[in-house]
Amino acid sequence: MKILTPVKRVIDYNVKARVKADGSGVDLANVKMSMNPFDEIAVEEAVRLKEAGKATEIIAVSIGVDKAQETLRTALAMGADRAILVQAAASVDEDVEPLAVAKILKAIIEAEKPDLIIMGKQAIDNDSNATGQMLAAMLGWPQATFASKLELEDGAAKVTREVDGGLQTIKVALPAVVTTDLRLNEPRYASLPNIMKAKKKPLDVKTAADLGVDVAPRLTVVKVSEPPARKAGIKVGSVEELVAKLKTEAKVL
Amino acid sequence: MAVLLLADAQLDATAKAVTAAQKLGGEVHVLVAGQGEAAEAAKLQGVAKVLTAPGDAHGLAEPLAALLAALAPGYTHIVAAATSNGKNILARAAGLLDVMIVSDAIGVVDAETFERPIYAGAAIQTVKSSDKIKIVTFRTAAFDPAPATGSAPSEAASAAASGGGSEWISDETVKSERPELTAAKIVVSGGRGVGSKENFAIIESLADKLGAAVGASRAAVDSGYAPNDQQVGQTGKVVAPQLYVALGISGAIQHLAGMKDSKVIVAINKDEEAPIFQIADYGLVGDLFDIAPKLEKALG
Repeated sequence: MKILTPVKRVIDYNVKARVKADGSGVDLANVKMSMNPFDEIAVEEAVRLKEAGKATEIIAVSIGVDKAQETLRTALAMGADRAILVQAAASVDEDVEPLAVAKILKAIIEAEKPDLIIMGKQAIDNDSNATGQMLAAMLGWPQATFASKLELEDGAAKVTREVDGGLQTIKVALPAVVTTDLRLNEPRYASLPNIMKAKKKPLDVKTAADLGVDVAPRLTVVKVSEPPARKAGIKVGSVEELVAKLKTEAKVL
Repeated sequence: MAVLLLADAQLDATAKAVTAAQKLGGEVHVLVAGQGEAAEAAKLQGVAKVLTAPGDAHGLAEPLAALLAALAPGYTHIVAAATSNGKNILARAAGLLDVMIVSDAIGVVDAETFERPIYAGAAIQTVKSSDKIKIVTFRTAAFDPAPATGSAPSEAASAAASGGGSEWISDETVKSERPELTAAKIVVSGGRGVGSKENFAIIESLADKLGAAVGASRAAVDSGYAPNDQQVGQTGKVVAPQLYVALGISGAIQHLAGMKDSKVIVAINKDEEAPIFQIADYGLVGDLFDIAPKLEKALG
C-alpha cells in the first residue's frame, strides 16, 4: 500500500502571529516556520503503518514556496520515503488556497496512484479545515475527517472521528482521504542519523504550471486586522468577593 | 435567489446559522436531510421554507455533499453552522462545485464579504468571494440564535442524497443532563491543574451548581481527564457564554482562541503569572481544590 501525506510549511505553533501594520496580512518575515502540527501527526501515522508492515511507501508532498523543501526534509527524516515539492507561490505572503492545493494534489495523486491520503485536518495559519474534503470530492473518494484512530482492514479504513457529540466510527472504502485530529498519535522527533539520511532521499520539484493547475485565488483578502483586545480585569482576594462581583458588578449570577 | 442552509443535528447551531444567513439578503431555505427536525427548523424566525430529503442520519459527508451540490443551481449561497458536520460536509460540497469555502465566518460585511479568524484568532481576515456560489460556515459563538417564533412551510427537496464509499459503524456519545457546551450560558472548564480524571468531578460539581456546561483545555483532554467533545479551543469548540470559569487552566493561545469572546471570564489558578489572568475579568490566585468547594458553597 502506498500512502501520500501532504505537508504544509506554516508559522511555528509557538510563535505569536502579528498583523502587519499595513493590514495586508500576518508578518512572516524572519519568523520561525515549521511543519503544520496536524500534518506531523499525519506523517507519523503513515510511518507507523509502514513500520507495522501495512504500508510499503510514503510520499510526502508540499505546495508553496521553494523553502517548503525544509518541511519535506522533516517528513523524510520522520520516515517518508520520497518527497515532491510543487512550487506554487513566489513569496511566503502568497497563501495557496485549499481549492488550488486540492487540485494540485489531485494531479499528483493521479500520477502516483496512492491507496490512502493522510493529511492534517487544518493548517494553523488559515484554519480553513477544507483541503482534505475538497480533495476527496474531486477524486470521488470517501473521506474520514478529524481522525483519532485509524485501522486498516481488507480494502477499507476504519476511522474513529472526533465530532461535536463525542466520537463517531465509520468505515471508508480505499482509496480514501483521512484527515488527522490531535489525538491520533504523538509525532516523533527525527533523530540526527535520520535527519542525515533524509538529505539523501529523493525530492522532486515541480511547478503548479507543470501540472496545469490554475492557482489564482477565489477569495480576495480585503484586509487583515487585530482582533479586539480584551483587557485584563482585576484580581479578587476571596471567594466571597468573587461571588459578590459576579452578582452585583458583572450581573451574571 | 435564495440561501440554502444545511440543518445541524443541534437546533441551537441551526438557529445561530439562520441569524447569520439572514444577513445575506435572500430567502433562507433550511435543508433538513437526516439530521435535525423539520418541524423545529420551520419555527425559526427568518426561515422562508424548509426542504426535506432522506439524507443521512449520521451526517456522512458523501451523500450530503452530493445533495447540496445537486440543489446548488437554485442558490446564491450554501451555508451551515461551523460544527464538525458543517465543516466536514460543506468543504466537500465546495470541492464538488469547484468553489472556495469561507470557513468559520464571524461577521457578514455584505453578501460576498466575510470576516473570519485566522492564526487561532490572532488575526481577523476580511475576504471577498468571487465564486458563483458562495459556500460559508458560520461560527456559532458569533451569532445569536434565531427565535422559534415563525412557521415556515415545508416541502420535499427536488434532489435526493446519493453517493457512498463510507459506512457508519458506531457513535460513542456521552449522554449528559448538562447544557450543550456551545449553547450554554455558563461554562466551567478545567485544565491540566485538575490533575486527574477523578479530580475532574470537582469541575463537574461546580458546573452542576451553576447549571453550566463542562469544558476542558487541550492539556486536560490529551491527558485523559476529560473527553474530546469537551475541548474548548482553536481546534475544539469555540464558546462565548455569559460567564466562563477557568480552573487550573494556564491560558495557552489555542485555548484562549476558543473562549476569549465570553462576556465575563473568571480565572482560578495557583500561578499568579498564568497568561489566563491577562484576559480574565476576575482572577483569583489560589489552589482550585480549595477554592472550587468554597465557591460552590458561597453560591448557596
